[in-house]
Amino acid sequence: MEKLLFGDNQFFGVNHMSEEKARVQAIRFRDIQAVYDVLDTAYDEGIRTFMCTTHERVAEVCEHVRANPERYPNYLFYPGMPYAHKYANAVTEDGILGALKRFMPQQGIFSAAFRGGVSLATKDIEGITTLLIDAEMKMFQGMNTPVIFLQNVVSDLLLGLGMKEAFLIFAKHIRSKYHAEPGFITMNLPMMLDTLDEVGIENPIVCSSINKLGFRMCGGIEAYERALRERKFRAVAMSIFASGAIPPQEAIAWVCSQPNIESIVFGASSRSHIRSTKQLVDKYWSLND
Amino acid sequence: MDINEGKIVRVAVVGLGKMGLSHLSMIKAHPEVQLVGVCDTSKYMLDVLEKSIDIATFTDYEKMLQQTGAEAVIIATPSRFHASLVRKSIERGLHVFCEKPFCLNWSDSVALASLAESKGLVNQVGYHYRFVGAFQEVKRLLESGAIGTVSHVLAEAYGPVVLRPKGMLWRTQKEEGGGSLYDYAAHPVNLLNWFFGMPNNVSGTLMNSIFSKDTDDEVYSTIQYPGGPGVQLSVNWSDESYRKMSVKITAWGTAGRIYADRQECQVYLRNTVEPPPGYTHGWNIRYTTDLTQPVWFYVRGEEYSAQLDYFVRCIQSGEHMNINSFASAAQTDLTLAMMLENAQSSAALASSATNMTTPLYSAAKAAAKV
Repeated sequence: MEKLLFGDNQFFGVNHMSEEKARVQAIRFRDIQAVYDVLDTAYDEGIRTFMCTTHERVAEVCEHVRANPERYPNYLFYPGMPYAHKYANAVTEDGILGALKRFMPQQGIFSAAFRGGVSLATKDIEGITTLLIDAEMKMFQGMNTPVIFLQNVVSDLLLGLGMKEAFLIFAKHIRSKYHAEPGFITMNLPMMLDTLDEVGIENPIVCSSINKLGFRMCGGIEAYERALRERKFRAVAMSIFASGAIPPQEAIAWVCSQPNIESIVFGASSRSHIRSTKQLVDKYWSLND
Repeated sequence: MDINEGKIVRVAVVGLGKMGLSHLSMIKAHPEVQLVGVCDTSKYMLDVLEKSIDIATFTDYEKMLQQTGAEAVIIATPSRFHASLVRKSIERGLHVFCEKPFCLNWSDSVALASLAESKGLVNQVGYHYRFVGAFQEVKRLLESGAIGTVSHVLAEAYGPVVLRPKGMLWRTQKEEGGGSLYDYAAHPVNLLNWFFGMPNNVSGTLMNSIFSKDTDDEVYSTIQYPGGPGVQLSVNWSDESYRKMSVKITAWGTAGRIYADRQECQVYLRNTVEPPPGYTHGWNIRYTTDLTQPVWFYVRGEEYSAQLDYFVRCIQSGEHMNINSFASAAQTDLTLAMMLENAQSSAALASSATNMTTPLYSAAKAAAKV
């Protein structure tokens, strides 16, 4: 993985600090060309991995990159699935099963599994899960996707429920069908590491909030620091600025002083922010090397 | 420290929809909780859980209570089942966390509140916005008189739930407690009850359908608090411009203004009063990053985890005059009932007006056209 991954929250009106700022960004990126322009800027600054949700607008980005291979040699996508609000809103409208039906690419296995009162076999759960993964991955056809993440809303829901096998199903399918490395996004890093360990997913890629404030770091900042020192996993740090609550230099200096972080994912909307983040990360990471 | 702190609480969950599953995930991960059973009418949901986690599943609620020895229950069924399930649970001596809205008939809410109190049981309703740091800050600021006497409040909730003319779920069925009144308006109304208590008058309530056949998709109302502010309520769950539900409170006072949503609290303070500690005259902004307390486990927002942790701690400490008690939720149910009655009575008046053929009415109509 590259040291810096480019995130996509800014493009889709996600801002954990302010609804007002989120709306300003959503308006700014209404035209997909504005998204391409920022991705181009990041690319030209040397950030060539786009870590993105499976938002329907990402399909347009894929289309654009596919159509212009000479502009984006060696461009990498790290998809994160699913785009949760798509499902959450559908569940409110149609119920859990109704929503599943809506997103299933083929109904056969699904109807067989859920026809009134029929007992559900483990293989059905596996079949449904892999079909949903394939549906989410469709937009990335022909793209280079060496790491594929499970989003935190789903991974943390499963983690709490204790549905550990689901992580294995995801990992196996990502490896065998997409020849990619599975990644797990979580707000509960220490607990996630224990669970992945238990089901035998070795040296996993795990992306979690890692910031000086301890914001969205469940289990506490000390447990995170200990995990980074002592556990065998490939750490990706997100929310390093805690939604803007920590000034950039202070935030990056702290994250880069933590051991064993492989990558940082960040979002930005302007060349100056992208460049200054890259410069700060280069500076502080080389200081700590 | 209370002697019961750290005691393991035996919890059961009934209702495995969107809310029930996320409650289940959080409560199962709670270090001081033992999950003893889950209950739902959907066999396949129970099947999935039974096959993937080690948990006793039931389709019969009473059987679950009998066989599991649960001491507390989380009720997350469709709203129309709340009253009877809550009653059964209290009568068995269980502490109860019930999803919002509490009961569709406010007299049930009042009766169950006093029943739970008389038995000394912890009783809580899932109005999670009372656990959002920004709204807790609003409560503190209002109580400290930071913006002086509050004269006007705007309470809003918008989001993208019903965006087309379909949907046969209970959430969109009026008689099942669906509609934007119970699903969306309940949240800002509950915050208003927390800030200002019970209103003494509700007027100008409109409950309109936009897409739903059977129920309201938007609600507007004017709510008056005795000796307190006049509130304008504006709710619409057919607004696609919002990514997810957004609840906002704006309060105008003699000494300033407060605006808050889940993310932030913006406060303008005039120099006519001394600002509270940490605040200055002019604009002050507090973000969720400053206002949010860490939680043991995160699925979908700290407030959801925090309210369940609070429930567990109330059981351990025996505290039951709690935040989001049944009694406080009964205030919300009563306020919603006032709005419903107001909307229906003005609609009834309007329809009789349409049928009037008296000269007075014709004259009024003619005058209105001019």
